[in-house]
Amino acid sequence: MTAEGLNSQLRREIYTDMVLIRKFEEKLIALAREKARVVGMQILSYGQEAVAVGVVKALKPDDVVVTNHRSHGHLLAKGADPKFLMAEIMCKATGVNKGKAGTLHLAVPEINAIMTSTIVGASPPLGVGAAFAQQYRNLPDITVVFFGDGAAAEGSVHEAMNLAALWKLPVLFVCENNYWAGAQCLPEHSCVEEIVRRADAYGMPGAAMDGNDVEAVYKTTREMAEHCRSGKGPVLMEVRTYRMRGHGEHDPCHYMDQVELQQWAERCPVKSFRHRLMNENLLTDKDFAAIDAEQEAVVEAAVTFGDDSPFPAAEDALMDLWINS
Amino acid sequence: MVKLSTGQALQSALDMALSLDETVFIAGEGVGTSIHLDPNLPTHGLLEKYGPKRVKDTPVSEAAIAGLAVGASAMGLRPVVEIMFFPFITLASDMLVNHAAKLRYMSGGKNAFPLTVRVKAGVNFGAGCQHSHNLEAWIAHIPGLKLVFPSNPLDAKGLLLSSIFDPNPVVFVEEMLLYWMPGEVAEGDFRVPIGKASVVRAGKDCTLVSYGGAVHTALHAAEILDTEGISLEVIDLRTLVPLDESCVLDSIKKTGRLIVLHDATRFCGFGAEIAAIASEKAFDALKAPVMRVAAPDIPVPVSPPQEQFYKPDSDQVTEAVRAVMDPSVQRRQ
Ligand SMILES: Cc1ncc(C[n+]2csc(CCOP(=O)(O)OP(=O)(O)O)c2C)c(N)n1
Ligand SMILES: [Mg+2]
Repeated sequence: MTAEGLNSQLRREIYTDMVLIRKFEEKLIALAREKARVVGMQILSYGQEAVAVGVVKALKPDDVVVTNHRSHGHLLAKGADPKFLMAEIMCKATGVNKGKAGTLHLAVPEINAIMTSTIVGASPPLGVGAAFAQQYRNLPDITVVFFGDGAAAEGSVHEAMNLAALWKLPVLFVCENNYWAGAQCLPEHSCVEEIVRRADAYGMPGAAMDGNDVEAVYKTTREMAEHCRSGKGPVLMEVRTYRMRGHGEHDPCHYMDQVELQQWAERCPVKSFRHRLMNENLLTDKDFAAIDAEQEAVVEAAVTFGDDSPFPAAEDALMDLWINS
Repeated sequence: MVKLSTGQALQSALDMALSLDETVFIAGEGVGTSIHLDPNLPTHGLLEKYGPKRVKDTPVSEAAIAGLAVGASAMGLRPVVEIMFFPFITLASDMLVNHAAKLRYMSGGKNAFPLTVRVKAGVNFGAGCQHSHNLEAWIAHIPGLKLVFPSNPLDAKGLLLSSIFDPNPVVFVEEMLLYWMPGEVAEGDFRVPIGKASVVRAGKDCTLVSYGGAVHTALHAAEILDTEGISLEVIDLRTLVPLDESCVLDSIKKTGRLIVLHDATRFCGFGAEIAAIASEKAFDALKAPVMRVAAPDIPVPVSPPQEQFYKPDSDQVTEAVRAVMDPSVQRRQ
């Protein structure tokens, strides 16, 4: 795929966002090994950065994102402040959700990343509702729903797709097919390995692409998003990538094939985009070093902010359930 | 007797059931190949021993998993299916609530559904409320589902075997924190009857009714109270449905006071049922108001201080017991 349509500024931004996500999660990998630095299961998008950045960069700021348990990349790409995300992952009072979300339930409505659910298969029906509101109000915006290949086996996903298609709702269903659902690989949980084929079943367009090629993801998303935006109804994108680590950092990966892992590591989306930019002389070694250093500093500042922040008061657990009326 | 953790005790029950009866099979997400390697997990090693016909990994499809159990049990198999974490039972609820619980009744007693749904429960993992949510009161409210919630390795084994071979649908709740707690466990085909509570500590001043992991909170509180000269009787319900009313009522008649403790939230929690039964059937014996010690009515928080705040602890129990022992609250007979 050529770089047609992506100007150099955008490509630089895309690369920078991918580096931010990678560094942010590399830090979480390290923190997860230290007792009590971060709380709960660290479920990371390591190796799937091209999906988050390729999709989200192709959206408009008012477009809505609904995501799942593997959300960090989606949220950072959408523009969430790494400081407040990191503090939230540490369950601190200064976190983006005051320590009520933790790593798995981050919600950043101020940047239109309105909801995150760790209930597998929940994001599609939630996204249908958000898209209905957009249609109801005649808004020019669309809703992007991230869900996994494993989630495609939940009934809720089928119900959501059928309804979205029937009512021509502006939903961009993004199946982030990383080949794994926990310890079960794709052929162990679905006979149809091309999740995109399900688009036919509901009468919506579908597109599959290499999820490790950020520009391919970006371009397809642009096209698909236009379809949704023009009132023609939902689309299904299957973005093929690979979960380069365990399900979470607590997973010893004993069931994963090391050779296969190695093959995918060679196709690392950050590395391959870097090579492309280098080969096209868009960025130099000096530029890359500067981007790395800059993003490392952003992540370090986020960790310091999180470390220095207090936990929420115990009794504040009682707050935020109800709106006082 | 052998020393096993609760997780290993559950594993030995599953192993025993699979070896005793060809109609028993296990299904669920990661019950065969799991992301965990811990031998204390109940399904650990069973795929290797029994093969993929009997130990079945499923897609992430809770409705289909529960439906599989209902349909297969109607055909005479004994399914033992797993719901990974308690809140996910909501996705299986139609099959359990509208089908497992009702189809036999609607068949005029013609059908039978000898299925077991194992549910992993627990607060304390910093996983938050979509993974931690004790919904036993929901299940208990459905006529037609038995509900078992053991507190120790011995009962866990004996009750799981009884559940699997019970002719009715059973929801079997496993407190995950107990998976690593060791205890003496009987070998072989050992069964604990469903519907029988146990007095795990005898006492004379006040009855405390609990179940699951909270039983240990109660026992800890009992030790503290003992040093103050207050004698707490602790009842472990073990089975919530059908409830062993007489065990609870006999104890209240002896002590005249009742505290109910659970890790689930207070409002409409299982404790409310126990309190109502005490009021209806042991009113004359009660010397003081019945008190509930339960989680506050909020989702389970993730942040460590808030998660700790949520979980009822032994201090709350001792405080409640002291309150009902206070001479000023005693009912004039
Ligand atoms: C309803 C429900 N069932 C089970 C789980 C446990 N669980 C969390 S992630 C996961 C695998 C999901 O696979 P996939 O949708 O492909 O997403 P991935 O983890 O690969 O990003 C499972 C089974 C859950 N969170 N919610
Ligand atoms: Mg997956």
